[in-house]
Amino acid sequence: MLRDITIGQHFPGDSPVHRLDPRIKLLLTLAYIIVLFAVHNISGMVLAFAVVLGLYLAAKIPLKVLARSMRPLLPIILFTAVLNLFFAAGEPIVQIWIFKISKEGIYYAITMVLRILCLIAGSSLLTYTTSPIVLTDAVERLLRPLAVLHLPVHELAMMMTIALRFIPTLIEETEKIMNAQKARGADLDSGNLMQRVKALIPVLIPLFISSFRRADELAMAMECRCYHGGDGRTRMKQLHVTGQDVVSTLIFCFAMAVLVATRWLPF
Amino acid sequence: MSIIQVENLEYVYGAGLPGATRALHDVSFSIEEGDFVGIIGPTGCGKSTLITHFNGLHRPSSGRILVDGQDMWADPKAIRRFRFMVGLVFQYPEYQLFEETVYKDIAYGPTNMGLDADEVRRRVLMAADFCGVAESWLEKSPFELSGGQKRRVAIAGVIAMQPRVLVLDEPAAGLDPEGREMILSQVKAYHRESGSSVVLVSHSMEDIAKYADKVLVLQEGTVAMYDTTENVFARAQELMDMGLSVPQVTQIFLQLRSMGIDISTDVYTIPYAVKTICRALEERGLSGC
Repeated sequence: MLRDITIGQHFPGDSPVHRLDPRIKLLLTLAYIIVLFAVHNISGMVLAFAVVLGLYLAAKIPLKVLARSMRPLLPIILFTAVLNLFFAAGEPIVQIWIFKISKEGIYYAITMVLRILCLIAGSSLLTYTTSPIVLTDAVERLLRPLAVLHLPVHELAMMMTIALRFIPTLIEETEKIMNAQKARGADLDSGNLMQRVKALIPVLIPLFISSFRRADELAMAMECRCYHGGDGRTRMKQLHVTGQDVVSTLIFCFAMAVLVATRWLPF
Repeated sequence: MSIIQVENLEYVYGAGLPGATRALHDVSFSIEEGDFVGIIGPTGCGKSTLITHFNGLHRPSSGRILVDGQDMWADPKAIRRFRFMVGLVFQYPEYQLFEETVYKDIAYGPTNMGLDADEVRRRVLMAADFCGVAESWLEKSPFELSGGQKRRVAIAGVIAMQPRVLVLDEPAAGLDPEGREMILSQVKAYHRESGSSVVLVSHSMEDIAKYADKVLVLQEGTVAMYDTTENVFARAQELMDMGLSVPQVTQIFLQLRSMGIDISTDVYTIPYAVKTICRALEERGLSGC
């Protein structure tokens, strides 16, 4: 059910991946995602996938967790695979009615599926190993130069923190309301699309009402503690780059360079 | 025959994930038709998890639950049938209201049961009457009502399904003394008049003592005691060791006993306390009642 969605969840731990400076972790994740689009062949993709799986092992996050978070995205992955399989240009090897499957199609389908898996695994690893608060702190620090352009960096980061902070709360709330309505005989799991959408109304209305109530209460609580935006605000936890961070970064950059180099491999 | 029979129930949250926790284990007991059972236990002992099993919102990790002699999970597709037999009122049920009018909200459950309009109307009026929902509220929006009024509407929404077992999780939490008294005495009246069983989860020993015939004590996910109210509160020391307590009036009698006054301590309601004190005074040749 809703609890199975692990995207955006955080699994606290004490591995090198957990300890890495969040700013560096964020930048490296971005680098990894960009590299994924620079890699064009299967060997490179397999290697990229191996890299991310290795990081999962290092972070001691069970692969079961990753598999679970991918399950809801399975339709998208399959859709992409099928699309690539049939619509890639190339010499057809099998032809069924108007659908042609070419060697290139198979090749692209596999590369694309691996790329999506890597994208999910890589970005999930960031949130699994970094608490949302630390992560937004990193975003705020990285975006700070933009404050010169009068971009409200602190406010944006605060909004992001609040949004992330309330995802689990809202999931819990949704589950509670769903249970309450199910206890009154709501049938949420059967019927056609229209019936299902209608059946959700008793869940959505209380959910909206309680979100507004929560927002109100939070704003009040923040004002009571004299929150007045980012000016002059100091941090309890200062971020420092350590020697270990430098070493990790160098290793990671080397791995990325190898991945990019696979472009020149023939397969 | 038992209306609810729980056999070796075990439930694990997040099985297979890091941080899986066993919320319930080796839970076995039965509730007879017409019983008024109180459930008490320290915070986090699994009370709420247990009661959501009664109407199939959680599926046992192992063990089984029989409702009216039938295994709930024998056919998972037919689980809705049991949801109408066991009515569950959650904590803070006022947050589940959603309809445009109070009437429609109370009618949500009975309508889901597939009853015809006349029967739905009869049940809504019956439930509203039981819960002290005034007729003038029925055409109002539930969001115009006060917290306590909303709570009564939400409880009426479950009673309107006329469940054979009514389960309430802290129905009086966050209400003023008058509101508490009102809701609980209405639940008691429903119990008396409909003959259905009631399960009441509460942290208030006074409420349990006043309304329940039997008490189930949960501790660390398993049944620590299950007996009549007198017998459970007679084990005051054990309850206190668990971080629970006995009703304040019982504490007074325990204190009197420890001060060397020869008086029985099986007192857990105020009327009975008055009687016991009067009797004790008479025995000593004193008058005062």
